[in-house]
Amino acid sequence: MQVSITVNGVERQADVDPRTLLVHFLRETLDLTGTKIGCDTSQCGACTVHLDGKVLKSCTLLAVQADGCEVGTIEGLAAGGEHHPMQSAFWENHGLQCGYCTPGMIMASAAFVRDNPGASEAEIRHYLEGNICRCTGYHNIVKAVKQVADAAAAP
Amino acid sequence: MSTRIFGSGIKRREDPRLITGEARYTDDIKLPGVLHMAVVRSPYAHANIVSIDSAAAEAMDGVVAVFTGDDIDLAGMPTAWLIPDSDLKTPEHPALAKGKVRYVGDGVAIVLADDRYRAQDAADAVVVDYEELPAVIDPEAAAQAGAPLIHDDVEGNIAFRWAPFDKEASDAVFEAADVVVSERILQQRLLPTAMETRAAMAQYNAATQELTLWCTSQNPHIHRFIISAVTGLNENKVRVIAPEVGGGFGSKIPCYPDEALVSWAAMKLGVPVKWAETRSENYQVTIHGRDHVQHVQMAASSEGKILGVRATVYAGMGGYLSTAAPGIPTILHGLLYVGPYTIDSVYCESIGVMTNGAPTDAYRGAGRPEATFLLERMVDNVAREIGMDPAEVRRKNLIPAFEDGYDVAAGLTYDSGDYPAAFEKALNMAGYDDFRQAQAEALAAGRYLGIGVTAYTEMCGLGPSQVAGAVGFQGGLWESATVRVTPTGKVQALIGASPHGQGSETTLAQIIAEELGFPVEDIEVVHGDTTETPMGWGTYGSRTTPVTGAALAKASQKLKDKARALAAHLMEASVDDIEYADGSFSVKGSPDQAQSIQEVALMAHLAWNMPEGMDPGFEESQFYDPPNFVYPFGTHIAIVEVDAATGVIDLQRYIAVDDCGPQINPEIVAGQIHGGVVQGVAQALCEGAIYSDDGQLLTGTMQDYCMPKADMFPNFELGETVTPSPHHPIGVKGVGETGTIASTPTVYNAVLDALAPLGVEQIDMPLTSAKVWGAIQAARQ
Amino acid sequence: MWPNKFEYARAGSVDEALAMISDDGKFLAGGHSLLPVMKLRLDAPAHLVDINRIESLSGISANGDLTIGATTTHAEIAGSAAVQSMCAALASACGQVGDQAVRNFGTIGGNIAHADPASDPPTVLVACGATVNIQGAAGARSVGAEDFFVDLFETALDDGELITSVSLPNCSDCQCAYVKFPHPASRYAIVGVAVCLKMDGDTCTQADVAVGGATVKAVKCAGAEAALAGSALDDAALEAAAAAVKADIADWLAGDIAYPESYRQQMAGVFLKRAVRAAS
Repeated sequence: MQVSITVNGVERQADVDPRTLLVHFLRETLDLTGTKIGCDTSQCGACTVHLDGKVLKSCTLLAVQADGCEVGTIEGLAAGGEHHPMQSAFWENHGLQCGYCTPGMIMASAAFVRDNPGASEAEIRHYLEGNICRCTGYHNIVKAVKQVADAAAAP
Repeated sequence: MSTRIFGSGIKRREDPRLITGEARYTDDIKLPGVLHMAVVRSPYAHANIVSIDSAAAEAMDGVVAVFTGDDIDLAGMPTAWLIPDSDLKTPEHPALAKGKVRYVGDGVAIVLADDRYRAQDAADAVVVDYEELPAVIDPEAAAQAGAPLIHDDVEGNIAFRWAPFDKEASDAVFEAADVVVSERILQQRLLPTAMETRAAMAQYNAATQELTLWCTSQNPHIHRFIISAVTGLNENKVRVIAPEVGGGFGSKIPCYPDEALVSWAAMKLGVPVKWAETRSENYQVTIHGRDHVQHVQMAASSEGKILGVRATVYAGMGGYLSTAAPGIPTILHGLLYVGPYTIDSVYCESIGVMTNGAPTDAYRGAGRPEATFLLERMVDNVAREIGMDPAEVRRKNLIPAFEDGYDVAAGLTYDSGDYPAAFEKALNMAGYDDFRQAQAEALAAGRYLGIGVTAYTEMCGLGPSQVAGAVGFQGGLWESATVRVTPTGKVQALIGASPHGQGSETTLAQIIAEELGFPVEDIEVVHGDTTETPMGWGTYGSRTTPVTGAALAKASQKLKDKARALAAHLMEASVDDIEYADGSFSVKGSPDQAQSIQEVALMAHLAWNMPEGMDPGFEESQFYDPPNFVYPFGTHIAIVEVDAATGVIDLQRYIAVDDCGPQINPEIVAGQIHGGVVQGVAQALCEGAIYSDDGQLLTGTMQDYCMPKADMFPNFELGETVTPSPHHPIGVKGVGETGTIASTPTVYNAVLDALAPLGVEQIDMPLTSAKVWGAIQAARQ
Repeated sequence: MWPNKFEYARAGSVDEALAMISDDGKFLAGGHSLLPVMKLRLDAPAHLVDINRIESLSGISANGDLTIGATTTHAEIAGSAAVQSMCAALASACGQVGDQAVRNFGTIGGNIAHADPASDPPTVLVACGATVNIQGAAGARSVGAEDFFVDLFETALDDGELITSVSLPNCSDCQCAYVKFPHPASRYAIVGVAVCLKMDGDTCTQADVAVGGATVKAVKCAGAEAALAGSALDDAALEAAAAAVKADIADWLAGDIAYPESYRQQMAGVFLKRAVRAAS
C-alpha cells in the first residue's frame, strides 16, 4: 500500500506491506536507525518518536496509520546542527551510558518538557514510566530532564 | 597542569553519536542482499524431536532455505571455564538441537528469507512433532534422585561438585560456636535485559575464505576464536566486529548458537545473513543470571564475633553449560565468603545442576552478589539472634585498614582496603543513630520503617592469567593496547577490550591525556574490531579500567620515555636535565627552550634527527597481566518504609560509599554506581524470572518481568573514600559491579528490618508486595 | 514483533466501515490494544478496517449527558475539562492508562472492545453506569457497561458491530474517584476501584462501586454499595464495605503468578477504602 509520511520535514513516499510497523518503516525503509527497538510489548519506549507533535511508541502503530502524518525522529531533533536542549542536557549530565534507550528517552523527554515546563522531579520520574533504561539507574536522566524543565520555566 | 584531566568529570567522548541517533548498533548495519534468519524454537522445556517437516515453510514467498540440526555441520558450542577438581561434565551443545530439546527456546531449525516478517511467517510454518518429557526447573530438585535426566552423560544432572575448602575444620568451628544461624536463600533467576537485544550478521567471501561477523559482543576476540573453532575456519580468516553495543551486563560474553548459525548460513548460502532477537526471544534464550538455592550457616560468638560461614549451593546451569557458566557459582562465588570481615573459616560446596531452564552464565556481579547477599543476610541474622544492632556486629568484624596485601581464609589476598572508614562515613551520611530513633517513633505510630547496611568488598579487574589457568578459565586475563600517535600529533589508542556503555572511550582517553599531555579531544579510543585492534579478552568483571587502563598507562609511559629522550636529543641536553609538564618537555634552567609532545611526535615520525639507537615512529604497545585482582569496597545503606496494608515497599533513601581507588572520571564512576544499584535493588524488590513447573517461562515479556522504572527510586546519595590499589600502575580499581553486589542485601535487609516488629524473618526474593503482605499475614497468625 | 499478514482498508464513514468488515476482520482504531497482541502473533485477523479517521467517531460532547466518541484518545479524555467536571473518575482512569505515549493514541473504543480486565476505564464505566453505543449492519443499539463486559476479553459485541461512543450520566454532583494499584511491570491494574458517591451532607445516599484488575472483567459491587449507602462513610462503614467488596468479586477473580487472586481480592478491600477516601 502506498503511503506518504513527512519524516523530519521531508515527505517520504513508499509502497509498504500493511503489516509494516512504523518503527520498521523508519528503520528499514528509510534507514533512519536512530529509533530503536527494545521490546515487543510497547513497554520500553526505545522506539519513541513524535507523530504530529505527540509522543508515540512507533512499534505500536502501522506505517499505514501514519499516512499523511508528520513524524519526528531523533535524527531530526537537532535543528540546524545545534543540539536540542534535551540532547545537550543528556550529554552534560551523563544521562546515558550504552545509548540504546537514549533516542527514545530524549524524544519522550523533549515532548514532556515542551508540554510541562517546570515539571518537578516526581513528575519527571512518573512520566518516564514508559521509557526503560538498564544502565543509568535513571538518576542522571532525571537530572538532565529537570535541568531542561527548569530552564523552560525560567522567566 | 592547572586543571588535571585525571579526576575530572568531563563529558563523554561517546555521546555525540549516541544522542543524535547516529551510532550504529549491529541491527542498524545494512548489507545489500542480506537474508534474515528466524529460529524455530522449542515450545517445550524437555522433549524428544520426533520429526520436522519444513516443506510448507520452504514453499513460502521469500523463503530461501530451511535447515535443521541434521543439516548443520558445526562443532558443538564450547564451555570455556573448566573448573578443576570438580568432576566437571561438559555435555554436547549443538547449535541446533539434535534429537532432543532441553529448554523452551532451544533452537530446532532456522529459516532464511528475504524479509523479517516473511522469515517469521515461515518459521511458524515449520511443523515439529515433539514427544514431551518430564521437565525440572528447580536446581535442588533436579539434583535429587529420580529427577528427569537432561543429558545422558551427566549423571544425576550434576555437572560439577566444587568444594575446595577443609570441611572438617569448618565443622569443628560450627560445633564449638555459641551461635549458629541458618537460612535457605533463593537467588532467583534474573533476566539481564540489556536494552539492545542480541543481534548478529555474517558475510562470507568464498574466494578468500574470510568471514566477517558483526555481533553484540563484550569480547569480540573471544568470539573470534570460538567462531573459528565451531566453523573450522582459520582464526585469521575470521573478523569479528562488535559495533556500538547496547549494554551487556554479562549477557553478551557467551558465544551463542545464533552467532554460529548466521556464520554457518552465510558460508553455506554465499550471501550475508542477519538475525536480530526479539525481546521475547531474548528472555527465552539469552543467558539468565543467578539461580541458586543456597543452604547457608554462619557461626558466631555470643559477643558477635563471626567465626565461620558455610554453604551448600545448588546452582542451576540450565539446559546446557554456557561459555563461562561453571566458573560463576564457584571461583567467583565461594572465594568471596570472607567479605570485608575477619572470618577465619569458610566452606562452600557448589553443585552445578543441569535443569530445563535457559542456560545461566555471568550476569553483572556474577557469583559475587550471591556471596555478598548470603554473608550480609547472615550477619543480620546473627545480630537478631544475639540481640545486637546489625551495624555494631559489622563494626566488630571489619578487617582493619591495610595498604598492601591482606590474606583471607578463602585463599585470596586482598590488595588494599580501609573498610572501617567507608563504613563510618556511610553511617554518618545516613544519620544511622538518628534513624533508629525515628524508626521507633514511627513504629509507635503504626508505620514500618527499616534500615539495611551492607559492608562489602569484591574481587574484580579479572585477573592474573596464571590464576585464570589455575582455576580452569580457558583463556588469559591480560589485556593489550597500542597508543599510536600520528605525525600531526593526534592519538589513536587501540584496545583489545570491548566497552559497551561504560564510557571507556572517555576514561581511557583521560589516562592517556594525563600521562602524555595530549588534549583529550585529540585522543580516539578504538575498540571492537578484531582486525583493527590488538588481542584482548574483553570487557567484563569490572576489568577494562583496571587492566586495559594499566596497559594504556604503561604504553603511554613508554612513549613519554621515548619523547623525553628524543626531546633531550633535539634540544642538545642531557635526558636527566629534561623536565616535563603539561605535554611539554623543557631543559632545566632554560624554560624558553621547549618541545611540545606534538613536536616530538612529528620529529619521531620524520626521523630526520634521531638519537643513536632510537627507532623511528611514535607508537607503543603494551601487554598487561595484572599481578593480582583489585578489590573495591564500600558500605551501602537503604532506608525503606513498608505499607503493611498492601506490602508495598517505598525506597526512601539510598546511600552508597564506594572506594574504587582514585577516580579517573567521577561522573562516570557515579553512573556505574547508580546503574549497578538499581540493578541490585531490582533483584531485591521486583525482578525474577519465573518458570512454571513444566518449564514455560511465565515472565516472558516486559509486561510480566518487572524492569525497574524511574519512579521506584529516590535520588541516590553517593560518597567515596580513596584507597589506591598498591599493585596497579595508577592505583585504580574496577567499579562496574560494586553497585549490584552491594545493593541487593542492603535493600533486602532494610525491608526485613522494617518487618521485624511484625515477626517476619524471611521472604524469598523478589520482595513483591504480594509476598510481603503474605508474610505479614503469616506472621500475624 | 512481526504481525501476520492482513488486508488493510481505511473507512471514511461508519456505514463504509460496516460494509467493509468481514467475519475474520477487526476494526482498527488507535491500535494500542490490538497491535500488541498481533505483534506477539496471539491474534491474526485477516482484515483490518481502520476507523480512526472517521470524524463522527471522535470527540467529546457534553449536552446533559457526557458522550465520548469511540476513537477519542485516553489523553483527550483525561485532559477534557468537560470530563473532569462531569466524571472526574473517568478522567483520572484515562490518565492512568499505560503511559503518555499509549494514552496519546489508544482510544476508549478500542480499549473497551479489547476488554482487558486490568485496564482502567472499564471499571469507571461500570461504576458510573455508562452506556456503550453500538452500530451494526442491523442498526444501532445501546448496552449498559455492566452488561457489555461479559468475561475475560469478551464483550457483548456481535461480529461486525462497531462501538460508536460511550455515554455517561452527568456525575458532577457526585463525588467520584478511581484509585489504582498498578502492577509494577505492566502498569496495568493489580486492582482498580472506582466509586461514585452521592452525598447529602455527611451521609452517603447512594454509592456505586466497581472493581477491575482483580477480576476477569469490571464488576459492579452491590454488597459494598449497600454497606456505604446510608452511612457517614465512617471507619466502620468502610470496613464493612471492604469486607463486602471481597465477596462481591469472589466469583470473578483473576490473578497472575506474581499477584495471585487471593492477594488481589484482599487488595480490593484496601483500595476500596482508599477510593472512598479519595472521593469524599
